[in-house]
This record gives sequence, C-alpha cells and structure tokens, in this order.
Amino acid sequence: MHTKFTALAAAGLLCSGIAHAQTAPIKVGLMLPATGTYANLGEMIENGFKLYVGEQGGKLAGREIRYFKVDDESDPAKATDNVNKLIKRDQVDVLVGTVHSGVALAMAKVARETNTLLIVPNAGADVITGAMCAKNVFRTSFTNWQPAYAMGVVAARNGHKKAMTITWNYAAGNESAKGFVEGFEKGGGKVTQNLTLAFPNVEFQALLTEIAAQKPDAVYAFFAGGGAVKFVKDYVAAGLNKTIPLYGAGFLTDGTIEAQGAAAQGLSTTLHYADNLNTPRDNAFRLNFAKTYKTNADVYAVQGYDAAQLLEAGLKAAGGDIKNRDQVIAGMASTQVDSPRGKFTLSAAHNPVQDIYLRQVKGNINELKGVAIKALADPAKGCKM
Amino acid sequence: MEFSTFLVQCLNAVQYGLLLFLVASGLTLIFGIMGVINLAHGSFYMLGAYLAYALAPLFGGQFLLQMAAGVVLSVVFGFLLEWVFFSYLYQRDHLQQVLMTYSLILVFEEMRSILAGNDVHGVKLPEWLSGAVALGDLMKYPVYNLFASATCIVVALGLYYVVNRTRLGMMIRAGASNRDMVRGLGINIRLLYRIVFAAGVALAALAGMIAAPVTSVYPGMGGQILIICFVVVVIGGIGSISGALIAALLVGLVDTFGKVLFAQFSGLSVYLLMALILIWRPQGLKSKGY
Repeated sequence: MHTKFTALAAAGLLCSGIAHAQTAPIKVGLMLPATGTYANLGEMIENGFKLYVGEQGGKLAGREIRYFKVDDESDPAKATDNVNKLIKRDQVDVLVGTVHSGVALAMAKVARETNTLLIVPNAGADVITGAMCAKNVFRTSFTNWQPAYAMGVVAARNGHKKAMTITWNYAAGNESAKGFVEGFEKGGGKVTQNLTLAFPNVEFQALLTEIAAQKPDAVYAFFAGGGAVKFVKDYVAAGLNKTIPLYGAGFLTDGTIEAQGAAAQGLSTTLHYADNLNTPRDNAFRLNFAKTYKTNADVYAVQGYDAAQLLEAGLKAAGGDIKNRDQVIAGMASTQVDSPRGKFTLSAAHNPVQDIYLRQVKGNINELKGVAIKALADPAKGCKM
Repeated sequence: MEFSTFLVQCLNAVQYGLLLFLVASGLTLIFGIMGVINLAHGSFYMLGAYLAYALAPLFGGQFLLQMAAGVVLSVVFGFLLEWVFFSYLYQRDHLQQVLMTYSLILVFEEMRSILAGNDVHGVKLPEWLSGAVALGDLMKYPVYNLFASATCIVVALGLYYVVNRTRLGMMIRAGASNRDMVRGLGINIRLLYRIVFAAGVALAALAGMIAAPVTSVYPGMGGQILIICFVVVVIGGIGSISGALIAALLVGLVDTFGKVLFAQFSGLSVYLLMALILIWRPQGLKSKGY
C-alpha cells in the first residue's frame, strides 16, 4: 500500500513536473553592465528587451519571462564567474549579454562549453560570429567589420586615394581599422598608415601632428565614449577638419554629440542605425520607448529590443518549449527580424545581414544621409559550422 | 621626420609633460612628506575636472575666476579630507593606507555617478582662449593648449619658490628628510601635514580643471592619470618635486615620440623608460625634498 502510494505520488509529481516545464516562466539571464562607463548602454539594452516583452503582454510565444540579472561591470576578469552564476546558480534558459567585447568573448566561450543559448546584444568582436561561432550563439548588433568596411567603400567612392586610420590598440579598434582598409582598398584607395595608441589613452596631439605632416586625403577614426569626444574636438582644434575630412564608425558620434558640440557638426559616420530613419516601424518603436522610459531610444535600445524579437522567433518555432533546442535554434536562424533599424536576417554565422547607413551630424542628431551598403553580411572569417 | 614636425612634436611632449607634473607634484609631496600612498590622488584630478564642469555655468565666461574658485574649494576639501580620514593613516602600515585610499576611490566614483551621472560631458572653452595659432603650414595649434602649458609653468615656478625660498618650504623639506626631528624642534607637524595635503589636492584638482575643456569629463578619468603619475613619481624619486618635473617631461617626450615612431608598442615605451631608469638608479632620479 505504502509503495503504491509513493509510486502514485511520484507519478503525480512527474506529471506536474512536465506540465510545469511547459508553463513555467522562461528564465532569461541578463548579463549587462550596471556600473562603470557602459552602465547607460546596459540599461538601454535591458529597457529595449523589456519593452518588446511588454508589448507582447509580458510573454514571448505564450510563455512568461523571468529575469535574472548580473552586473558584469565590463570587467573581462570577472566574466567567467559572472556568467557561471547565471548558468549554474540560476540555471537560466537563455543568456543575453553584453556590451564589452572582452566580456562577451568569455560569455561566448562558456556558452559554447555548456551549450547555453546566447544572444549578444552589442559587443562587436568579429570572432564571436567568426572563428568562435557556434550553433547556440547569436548576435543582434553588428561586427566591428561591418560599419568600418562600409565607411571604407564610401570614402573610396568620395574620390579619396590616400587615407590613414587612427584607433586605440585593442581588439575592437584593430578590427575596425582592418574593415576600413578592406573596403577602402577594394574601392581603389590606399591606406598609408594605421596609427594607434594604448587603450584608453587620450593624448592625441602627437598623432594629429603626424597626420598633419603626412597630409592624407582622409582619416578614419574608431573611438567611443570619452575618447571619441576628445578626439573629435582635438581634430577640429588642430584645424585638420578644414583640409582632411574625418570619417568614423558610428560610435564616434553616438551618445557623444552633445559633449562634442560644434566640433562634431558635419561629421560622416556609418552604422546600422540612425536617429531619423523615419519609418513607421522605427517611429512606433521610438514613441513607445520614450513613453515607457521617458528618454529617447538609441542604437543600444534597438539591439536589446531585437534580442527579444529573436528569442520570440525561436520560441514560436518550438511551440514555446525552450528545451526543444534544435527547433529554437532553427527558428532563430531562419527568422526575419522586423527591427526598428529595418528588417534583417541572420547570416550562417548568426550575425545580422543588414543595411549600413551613412549618417551626418546635424545639430544633436546623426541624420540619415542614405544607405552606404545594402544588406551587408560579415565575411565570418574562420567560422566552421 | 621633418624638422618642423619634430618641433611641433616637442611642443606636444612638453605640454603633456607639464600637465602630468601638476598632478604628480601633489602626489610626490604627499607620498614623500607624509609617507602615505595615496591611491585616491587620481580622484582629485577627476574632482577638479568635474568642478570645472559644474562651475562653468555659474561663472559664465569668467574663466580665471572660475579656476580660482575651484582651487579654493579643493583646498577646503583637502583640508577636511585630511582631518577626517588621512590624519589617522600616518602611523598605519602601507597595506591599510592602500585599503583606505582605494576605498575612497570607490566612494568618489560612486558620488560622481550619483551627482553627475555616467555620461561624458563637454566643458566649454572661454571665448578668448578658443582660437588657434598657425604653426607653419603644418597645422594649427590650439591657443588653449599654450595657455595650459603657461599655467603649468607658472604653478611650477610658484611651487619652486615656496619649497626653496620660504619658511614653509623649509619645514616641508625638513619634514621630508626627517619627520621626528621636525617634530622635536616644536614645529606643528599636524598643521604642516594638513597644509601639504590640501596643496596636493589643489594641484591635482587644478590639473583636472585645466584638462577638462580638452579631455571633457568622463567616468574613470582619475584612474588613467593615477597610474602614469605613479610612474612619474617613481622615476623622479619619491618625494622630489624637481625630480617629478624632470620625470614628467621625460615621460611626455617618450610617450609622444613612442606613439609616432613605434605605434604598435606605444603603450610600452613609458614603462620601458621606467624599468631602464630604475635599473640605473633604483632610488629614482632625485632624492627627497628638492
């Protein structure tokens, strides 16, 4: 009698367990910076993600979403520990993160080893969807190569023959400079020198003097945040902008225009988003974002928003069962994301195949000037999948 | 490299070196005279930069007045800080000093985050300093950079005068070489320490205020300058102001030309310089106090 009862109870438990798996909330692990230089970016990504979930009534493909959060502090040294907190302690179903490329690389590595689903909503390191690509790793942002390559093509198209690049000597900067060289030289130009300085050094004066001495036709710069502000101001203060046009990846003027002030006016940059796309999709998104969070959306919010859309596509394909991994991945890989930036699909390496826009700073916004390259796919060098 | 380019690069080097000296002189004073390893010194630089950002709207175009106000505020701040925290540190060992000053960095960063947010902010240049002078046909040189160098030179001269030609300076030099003897002679060492500390804070804050319009103000800006300033202090000889000046100019020179000539190893050049000098003179270029 006793054993029978136990067996029954066990069966009951088992049943409820299965039922539970189908109705329990999906555990989403948000590993984003909540402190440090990138704190704002992390918040924008999180808000974007939650905005989309909110628009779907708090559910994706009928499943409730439960968030687990870890502040990654943009510190690569703590990245492996942090990501393990989410995977081992919280046992999340899917990881979303992060901003800093070094941290994202560590996340991708752990995700590969533990076969955890990962969506990268910003970090642009080429290798994440290049040599380190994996079935379960996705990205909704960009590769450093993408906007840089497009800028190279545009600069060559503008008739420049000789260019120099300048960036911090670290992964993102070097990848970006390489992308520019590739695009520029394909268009018939020649990059004479790649100037670098140690990250996050901002003493540019010596390198500006070098640029003035070599007199190239154009300069391509990759800097972000405080470095971007100082570089653009120094470039103008040295009077170089009058004779040598400055081009950059979008990060040179994204979130920094206000601090750059007059120096940024007229600067051309490339990115997969602009401040006035003026499509119904983008307008609706920006309005809703502004209403919900009382601040204007930016490219980071878009990338977070699209991470939620991508996850939903996977869940829908698997009928809401996140444990049905193959279905989820197939659904995500084959979807077309209706992003505020414009619709995009994913490449075989799971990176967006997207339009890269040419923008120009006017007042306080990055004004759309046109599409630099349509549906640009990252070459995904070294990806074997 | 053409000769004109070379001259402009030298100008760049001197300008960077002078700014480094301003921050490092305060660090070496505090380190050499009070024996406190002050990791929070970079935060004072940041404090100055944010002061410039916060005070700019209040003073309109009165740039010099605004700097003076900033210096007064930072002296007061230094005084209070020494009284509340640092005066308890002199008898403790270096580990406790490092722990407390490190925790101060965290406190200052958090306060910065609460008060000014995590965005990058620009600081406007005053109208009369925003022009540029042509240097040959090569490039224009911002007037403000020249102004910054001039200010640094004036402060350096003032510092030299105070340390070498005044009674206060004599006490400071004496305190650096033999603390106990100075106390034994009946000099109020507590007050002396407080003055030195406040002066150190003011020097770093002044450097931050000068740098703010060109660097803009941003989170974590104190950390970068701190490391390079420790390099300057160690090369120059701990506690030596003139040593700090020579070292700062050397670091400026090596950093500037390293960046141009050996771009791929630019981050390394300064530390290579430090290693070489320490092999040659483990105690640094100069000895304490002068």
